[in-house]
Amino acid sequence: MPDIGVRNFAGKINCPNPFWLASAPPTNTGEMIMRAFDAGWGGAVWKTIGEPVVNVSSRYSATDWNGQRIMGFNNIELISDRTVEQNLTEMAEVKKRYPKNAVIASLMVASNREAWHEVVTRAEDAGADGLELNFGCPHGMSERGMGSAVGQVPEYAEMITGWVKEKARTPVLVKLTPNISDIRTVARAAKRGHADGLSAINTINSITGIDLDTFVPRPNVDGKSSHGGYCGPAVKPIALNMVQQIMADPEAALPLSGIGGVGSWRDAVEFILLGCGTVQVCTAAMHYGYRIVEDMAEGLDNWMREKGFNTIDDFRGLSVHRVAEWKHLNLNFKIVARIDEQKCIGCDLCHIACWDGAHQCIHLDRVSGPIDGHVELHRTPAEEQAESLGSIAETPVTRKEREAAFAHGQYPTPLARIPRVDETECVGCNLCSCVCPVEECITMVRVDKDVPPETWEQRTKGAARAAPTSGD
Amino acid sequence: MSTATLPDDPHLKARFGELKPALTTQAAVIESDRCLNCFDAPCTAACPTHIDVPGFIKRIASGNLRGSALRILDANILGASCARVCPVDVLCEGACVMVRQNHKPIQIALLQRHAMDAFWASGETPPAKAAGTRKLRVACIGGGPASLACAAELCRAGARATVIERRELPGGLNTYGVAEYKLRAVDSVREVEMIRQLGVEFRCGVEVDSPAAIEKLEAEFDFVFLGLGLGAMQRLNVPGEDTKGVMNALELIAAYKTGHLRELHGTVVVVGAGNTAIDAANAARRLGADTVYMLYRRSEQEMSAFDFEYEHAKQEGVQFLWRRLPVAVQPGEHGRLLLETVQVRQADRKLEVVPDSEATIDCDLIVPAIGQSPLTEMLQKLRGVEVRDGRIAADRETGQTGNPRYFAGGDCVNGGREVVDAVAGGKRAAMAMLKLAEVAHA
Repeated sequence: MPDIGVRNFAGKINCPNPFWLASAPPTNTGEMIMRAFDAGWGGAVWKTIGEPVVNVSSRYSATDWNGQRIMGFNNIELISDRTVEQNLTEMAEVKKRYPKNAVIASLMVASNREAWHEVVTRAEDAGADGLELNFGCPHGMSERGMGSAVGQVPEYAEMITGWVKEKARTPVLVKLTPNISDIRTVARAAKRGHADGLSAINTINSITGIDLDTFVPRPNVDGKSSHGGYCGPAVKPIALNMVQQIMADPEAALPLSGIGGVGSWRDAVEFILLGCGTVQVCTAAMHYGYRIVEDMAEGLDNWMREKGFNTIDDFRGLSVHRVAEWKHLNLNFKIVARIDEQKCIGCDLCHIACWDGAHQCIHLDRVSGPIDGHVELHRTPAEEQAESLGSIAETPVTRKEREAAFAHGQYPTPLARIPRVDETECVGCNLCSCVCPVEECITMVRVDKDVPPETWEQRTKGAARAAPTSGD
Repeated sequence: MSTATLPDDPHLKARFGELKPALTTQAAVIESDRCLNCFDAPCTAACPTHIDVPGFIKRIASGNLRGSALRILDANILGASCARVCPVDVLCEGACVMVRQNHKPIQIALLQRHAMDAFWASGETPPAKAAGTRKLRVACIGGGPASLACAAELCRAGARATVIERRELPGGLNTYGVAEYKLRAVDSVREVEMIRQLGVEFRCGVEVDSPAAIEKLEAEFDFVFLGLGLGAMQRLNVPGEDTKGVMNALELIAAYKTGHLRELHGTVVVVGAGNTAIDAANAARRLGADTVYMLYRRSEQEMSAFDFEYEHAKQEGVQFLWRRLPVAVQPGEHGRLLLETVQVRQADRKLEVVPDSEATIDCDLIVPAIGQSPLTEMLQKLRGVEVRDGRIAADRETGQTGNPRYFAGGDCVNGGREVVDAVAGGKRAAMAMLKLAEVAHA
């Protein structure tokens, strides 16, 4: 029986599961957070508390893709527009009613010691289980010297973390901005400032799009827009990379709450495999509501059961060291694409992708006769298309004609449309398997046999000694 | 062009409302996004006019509706009517790779209609070169899809084309012979109007039936394209079939589409089980007939109608009498008709009458729908144009006939297929003529 509970995260934060709502609109009020806990969320990071702000109307915009809504999401909303008092009164009520769920107070105040001391004390007095220092907010607040204005300068981050730690009795998490050339510099600063943990990543500076009629970027605030913070499924790969960078760096690594495009238990597992102890979710909850956590918890539980993991710590961080520098990759590892003729539907997207985007080694020559070898030996896609357009097609009007038109041979797809991989030219780039719309139709098969591994570093060591070159 | 047009008849509209509703803009975009954008797409290959299907679909997805429509029209000038009348189940949609993944095929016909509707709404005409930029004049005899496509293709390339149609309105079966719930006659006429705007000249109500008329044509034009279609509907060849109350399927369809037949009642018997028979039977139901029988001498498995047409007829409430043969028509009481029939069965390769199976159907209208006869009368006057098995013998690639100045396409060559086949035939002939003219003037 797997236990998906979190024990002593960042020292002493406990909660029934690793799924937290990130500091954002879904955690705006006590009423919302209590409904979220009822739905099954393990924890919630309160919408950032500080001196109340005034927000603009028109705050969000999204990137849709291929008919899907909200591939990426962008906001220009600031921190809480409610008073510190109001937020903390509600927090006390939430903690009283939901003692087992983690309530983290996200904080952002002006950069002076007294202000931080005061807000830390008040949040902890209200019952916060931990504090998250918002050094990441990329819009609006940074113009006032807060948010990412702090998170982009390691010295400030270290200093403020230090001030907080002077007072804090609960774990202190520093929330990192990705809007910096190397996120590790600030992670290291937080660690030097004795932070107990980190949250990463905050949103990425963005302009999601421009209205082609008005020429105003979105979101449109009376004819103008402002760069916002990008999040949602689109940012997950960026977030995973930064999480890995932090967790692989001994000077930066701390208990980490992973953020960035988490919308399912699968995403959560990936963040945990890279070392995160909890994950935070915002966009997916804004899109579908709190109810998404049910499947997240169940899915995680089922996956752990299937893999034989009892606790989150059993698999936490297993993938961190599966990421290496390129120079340490095995150059003798060789894979090629194989197409399953029974599964191929004949869209031939792999063929055109290979010709126009890769190495011209997937051909439509099963009927004309397979030819292996370099590009000049094959008909080009343009020649193939010209032949189709020059052919004469007729509507099959009789039953016999219809039977003939829709007859197929050995495979569900006519042989002429099933592409063939020339394995002598295939470099194993994976592009075809990425574009193939049919699951497991194109698989990448390992073909290197009895060749010992050799990395770039190993291969060039001797050469470098023999003939030094400039750069790498 | 003839100034004759059709009124937008509310009575007709009410009874023959469009079979499938149009896609909303968002539904069209969602459906377009579903398209995989196959390379050298099977849907394009299956289309006789080779419309770049993924090309026009992805233009809908990107919001480039003008480009989408022009992409369609570039391959098929009758893209609007084809979107409505093509049996896509056995063409583009039947070839869609989605079905091999247990997905519904992309709704290509509805998407094509979406793009074409937007184009209509914009009031634009497809681009064409200025008339006379090429020294080529072609007469297209017959005003149906084959001639329209041929003439449009010629004019778009800068040649001059004249369509000669014996009926009052051009469009051929698109105007007079397609079920109104698929393609309204007014929409067919509107499509022809677009073709006229490309520079095609129309001479309607003109018969080319004498050697003098043919000679005159040959003097005026470099080439003649024959888009004659098929001949009159086949007769039943039973006694009494000229009795008042017998009206063949194409007459019935043309009559209701042009407002001359507005109401039916009682019992209607359609003889035959092809696609036109079904159009007539469904029309009879919609015009008010209580009972509509389709009488077919063979079985359900052998009927030539497309499966989706058969299903549709059943939904319209048409009843089927299989393996039954009409033997005579008698006048009945109060202007009604008595159709004498017998049951038949397969005996070796022939049909034989089942003894004691005579049955008389008391009905109000009998509609023969057993196919069109070949058009031979006029063709015999054209020297060198060979007719084989009732079809004009023409080169498959070019449509050129035994007389090198005559080209042909559509039903009169293929024996009776779909609108899209006629368009393809007309287009191929036009391209061949343009090429010949280029060589001649080079």
